Amino acid sequence: MTRQQTHRIAITVMTIVSAIVVIPIIMVIGYVIWMGISAVNWEFLTQAPRNGMTEGGIMPAIVGTVILTLGTAIVSMPLSIATAIYLAEYAGDNRVTRWVRLAMVNLAGIPSIVYGLFGLGAFVLFAGFGTSIIAGSLTLGIMTMPVVISTSEEAILAVPQQFRTVSLSLGASKWQTIWHQILPQALPGILTGMILGLGRAAGETAPILFTVAAFYLPQLPQSIFDQTMALPYHLYVIATQVPGMPVSIQYGTALVLLGFVLSLTLIASLVRTFMRRQREW
Amino acid sequence: MATPTNKIDVQNFSFYYGDFQALKTLNLGIVEKRITALIGPSGCGKSTFLRCLNRMNDTIRGTRAEGAIFLDGQDIYAPDRDVVELRQHIGMVFQRPNPFPQSIFENVAFGPRILGITKSRRELETIVQQSLEGAALWDEVKHRLEDNALQLNPGQQQRLCIARTIAVKPSVILMDEPCSALDPVATLSVEDLMRRLAEEYTIVIVTHNMQQAARIGLHGVSSGSAN
Repeated sequence: MTRQQTHRIAITVMTIVSAIVVIPIIMVIGYVIWMGISAVNWEFLTQAPRNGMTEGGIMPAIVGTVILTLGTAIVSMPLSIATAIYLAEYAGDNRVTRWVRLAMVNLAGIPSIVYGLFGLGAFVLFAGFGTSIIAGSLTLGIMTMPVVISTSEEAILAVPQQFRTVSLSLGASKWQTIWHQILPQALPGILTGMILGLGRAAGETAPILFTVAAFYLPQLPQSIFDQTMALPYHLYVIATQVPGMPVSIQYGTALVLLGFVLSLTLIASLVRTFMRRQREW
Repeated sequence: MATPTNKIDVQNFSFYYGDFQALKTLNLGIVEKRITALIGPSGCGKSTFLRCLNRMNDTIRGTRAEGAIFLDGQDIYAPDRDVVELRQHIGMVFQRPNPFPQSIFENVAFGPRILGITKSRRELETIVQQSLEGAALWDEVKHRLEDNALQLNPGQQQRLCIARTIAVKPSVILMDEPCSALDPVATLSVEDLMRRLAEEYTIVIVTHNMQQAARIGLHGVSSGSAN
């Protein structure tokens, strides 16, 4: 066999394998749409559940997930960006930095149910927030931090060194350089990482199980110390805990959750594309 | 005409990257409002010396300086010297044009803004115009100040970088092979500009190019013997 033939076979195999990877994704999304689209209508999106959750809509769960996503962003974004700035711009290679990085790697590998238990112990019980939006947001926020920190750090390090040098040479302090030049240029990357992290948080059940999620709560939360329904937990409940649940409502809920997470991913791609176009280095 | 005074005096100055000594006990004076050209082979320490004058080498780990460099009679390596403040007085233009990926206006306004030179938008606009005029760029860009600076050609970008430097009103401008990334026409326009700037600023330029040094440099310092 000639080298050209080997090359052609290798390319063919890799193309086929790549195509196979796409199939499950299309099947999952297609199946959920196929099974759930009949349940999704205006009433489903704007009404509270009725009659043992077998009728009506899922509006409180949608609103709850949106609130939790915002809460997660408020907790995670400032802490993550501050950590990323420290790691990328200030930290040397010393013992503290190595510990921080080690902690991040380990945080990223912790199962989400453990975050749920940690949130229960730390925020619900010890801090005394009770089962509440604030406890859930803190738990989800901490869970998303490792991924947001590492993507933000990469985005900051990707800003070419020359801009730091120029800014300093013009008499800017290190902090002014970071604030006026580095962060604005790293922002697309930081936002992309943040939104992808939020997409993961929005779909998680285990971290909110003990910290915020309500089984059935038709009225909307009034403060950050209230419980709320949330889409992933609601899906878990109606799929396993409620007898006689219409299948279309289960898949309709799954479809709404999938739509929410996919739109976050889409926004992340749009942000990246749009802001990339504005800089050309 | 009074005898020219030294703007910068370098006394027994040595510089180390870790254990490697890049500059060995330099002594030289840099005359005010003249162009001083540093000439020498690659790697002989010209750029290192230039970057010692505004202490940009401080940002590299493991570097060390000995001796003194006096700017207007004050040692810039004195322990209590404010480095950030020092760099407002000593501007720098780099080898490759490196405008910020922002508008032409924002590039020039960045320095005056962060240094708090003015709060008023009108004064800022005046500074931007004067700086662009000073860099012989105003007529080419006055109708497109909001355009991204990266749309300019390399020669214009380099003059924009010079405008950005003089916007913070330094008294010394350091140039590290400012024409090496430019074509001959752009090179001539930047050299023209340098000669005009020398009426107001003390300029220190690193160059490989003897012809360029002859065209612009009134005071050549060969640093071939420095190493």
